[in-house]
Amino acid sequence: MEFGLIILAIILATLLGWILKQSFNTQPWVAEQVAESEYQAPFNANPKLVALTTFLAVVTSFFALIMSAYALRMELGDWVPLTEPQLLWVNTGILVAASVAFQWTRNAAVRGLETKLKPGMLLTGLLTTAFLVGQFIAWQQLNASGQFITSNPSNAFFFLLTGLHGLHILGGMYVWGRATLRLLGGREDVKQSIELCTIYWHFLLLVWVVMFGLLLST
Amino acid sequence: MGYVAIADRDHEIEHHDPQTFITKYVWSQDHKVIAIQYAGTAIFVGVIALILSAMMRLQLGFPDTFSFINPENYYQFVTMHGMIMVIYLLTALFLGGFGNYLIPLMVGSRDMVFPYMNMLSYWVYLLSVIILLISFFVPGGATGAGWTLYPPQAIMPGTPGTDWGILLMLASLGVFIVAFTMGGLNYVTTVLQARCKGMTLMRMPLSVWGIFMATILGLLAFPALLVSAIMMILDKTVLTSFFMPAISSMGVDPGYTGGSPILFQHLFWFFGHPEVYIVALPAFGIVSDLLSTHARKNIFGYRMMVWAIIAIGGLSFIVWAHHMYVSGMNPYFGFFFATTTLIIAVPTAIKVYNWVLTLWEGNIHLRVPMLFAIGFIFTFIHGGLTGLFLGNVTIDLPLSDTYFVVAHFHMVMGVSPILVVFGAIYHWWPKITGRMYHETLGKWHFWMTFLGTYAIYLPMHYLGFQGVPRRYFAMGNTEFLPASAQDLNAAITISALFVAATQILFFANVIWSLTRGPKADPNPWDATSLEWQTPDTPPKHGNWGHDLPECHRWAYDYSVPGYADDFIPQNVPADVAPAGRDHGGAH
Repeated sequence: MEFGLIILAIILATLLGWILKQSFNTQPWVAEQVAESEYQAPFNANPKLVALTTFLAVVTSFFALIMSAYALRMELGDWVPLTEPQLLWVNTGILVAASVAFQWTRNAAVRGLETKLKPGMLLTGLLTTAFLVGQFIAWQQLNASGQFITSNPSNAFFFLLTGLHGLHILGGMYVWGRATLRLLGGREDVKQSIELCTIYWHFLLLVWVVMFGLLLST
Repeated sequence: MGYVAIADRDHEIEHHDPQTFITKYVWSQDHKVIAIQYAGTAIFVGVIALILSAMMRLQLGFPDTFSFINPENYYQFVTMHGMIMVIYLLTALFLGGFGNYLIPLMVGSRDMVFPYMNMLSYWVYLLSVIILLISFFVPGGATGAGWTLYPPQAIMPGTPGTDWGILLMLASLGVFIVAFTMGGLNYVTTVLQARCKGMTLMRMPLSVWGIFMATILGLLAFPALLVSAIMMILDKTVLTSFFMPAISSMGVDPGYTGGSPILFQHLFWFFGHPEVYIVALPAFGIVSDLLSTHARKNIFGYRMMVWAIIAIGGLSFIVWAHHMYVSGMNPYFGFFFATTTLIIAVPTAIKVYNWVLTLWEGNIHLRVPMLFAIGFIFTFIHGGLTGLFLGNVTIDLPLSDTYFVVAHFHMVMGVSPILVVFGAIYHWWPKITGRMYHETLGKWHFWMTFLGTYAIYLPMHYLGFQGVPRRYFAMGNTEFLPASAQDLNAAITISALFVAATQILFFANVIWSLTRGPKADPNPWDATSLEWQTPDTPPKHGNWGHDLPECHRWAYDYSVPGYADDFIPQNVPADVAPAGRDHGGAH
């Protein structure tokens, strides 16, 4: 629980601190023209980026709470630590590569190098799909060795964590798919999708690294 | 990339003006239509929950009288009443209903930032309501686990609705959370990104502040409910042991190992306590605006009100275990949560003082919305004070399973927010529909509801002190209770049926107003905030006609010395000379 609380405290403190900063030294009862900088959108960003950032805070809360539940449940007597399949190391490498590929594609998009977008997106998609397949194979390996979801709470948490992380990646793949289809259809208005997707991919990589660290260390 | 005001999308919005009936009123992306859809659906399920509570009261007041209420039904009524009222009525109505309607109008925007996602949010919410209502009709009926859905009993045989009811309930909650997240991202982004020129954060009406903060709480707290719902579905369907302890049920071992029901309680209340403030903060904000407008006085301590909302929002995340004192905990742990719980009374009390001080020497107009707002101050103080009792571990332990708790939370998060809901509906009704409501009917509605709810809940405190246990279908071996306790229960039931029946006055008023209500003035209360300054009443798609408003002042310029009128709308420029000025858009 402490882990989730710390994460949430950081999110809340950042947000509330920012709001408080806006409210100090103001005299709302004074009617006056305000400088342009004071009413403009606070983050010099487009609304989609703000919405994505907010959504990442929601997802952070979600995963932080599951990992807190993991830490609480672990302390009970029936917990037998799970030996994670070695394949997860390979999968981690693939996910890192996917993130790097997305960053490369994004940089190309920002610099206006249109020709690199299609190969970049396809490579990213390929690597991400490979990660998902790899995770699925890891599940199969566990099942083959008699480690089912009900065998032990540590197994249940393993399947739950990896499954939910995979679902979030699938959601990202939907947006990736839409952007890629537009790109293949010859449209060029995909720069923003690529930028936002890149942030999401990096975020899910971070979630995976924290999660994998938790799984390995327990 | 610079600031992309919604203003720059003018051409886009006019281009998308809905043409057909379907795109205008059904698959609508207009925040005002979506708000009405949200509110209509929420009130519809709310009426169902109200009927369920009447059934519960019939059993409690007159046991052994009604053959159609058996223990199974009773627990299903309790569960569905609680869950519907808290989540599907109050949360959806305040955020999906009022949030949708008020945010864009109050911050001077043409619509939500993502209208399509906003529309999707409503339809997904409707889906969650349908899933919930289907659970009444599946084999075994709806779940009877209590609205807290505590395992192990929630999914073990013996509790009503463990076949399908509990699964549908959990699925419905999951779908609701998806809908809420889509709406919530919209509300937060709209408040942050789509304010009109001059609308600084500290010039926003408190209604927007309350809804904004409640949305943030919801976005961070609902994941806890989603996590526990997913884990409980797995416990139920594939027999994992997240929450389920090693247990034998009627001589059968279902195969669970040593899971932790307490873990569920932590997750549930980590959502459950912020949920109280998800319902309360919008009510706080709205009631502040109602009091200020109808007392013709600026809100007392605006900045302090904002800070109190922020402080309550932050504190609400570190008090959850006060719902679990009876589960047993380390005394230091209990001490910590009792302390944080009592600390939260400080910003809350600041708000109450400020409301009362707003009324002091105000020019009070006792119109229907104002009656409801003042009624809220009464019920909220009463509910809040008993909260101070229950926040202390030693007082909570004996009272926790009695009617004292039922009285407390109904006063503080049942009656109080509902009074604000009614006040807000009456207040904004002329803007939403363009017609006035029936004043006398509205006043009757207020007085009968307000006094009636006191007749219900005040005696319940007394029953609680006597030790009448809550959650019981019938009393059983409770010889320590005097026979008069049952008389009191019967009286409460009569009051409850009376209050439930009086709500017909509200619906009669709605029908009267829609069919023969007089046309409303664009700004009947002489209010300052931007939603009253729209060029059309009710506002058309895009809200502001050709030009977006500009905000020059806060929303509380009432009775400013030196001005002829006792209010100055937010869009009136700062340099207008006293006493000889122009009202701006609407006049």
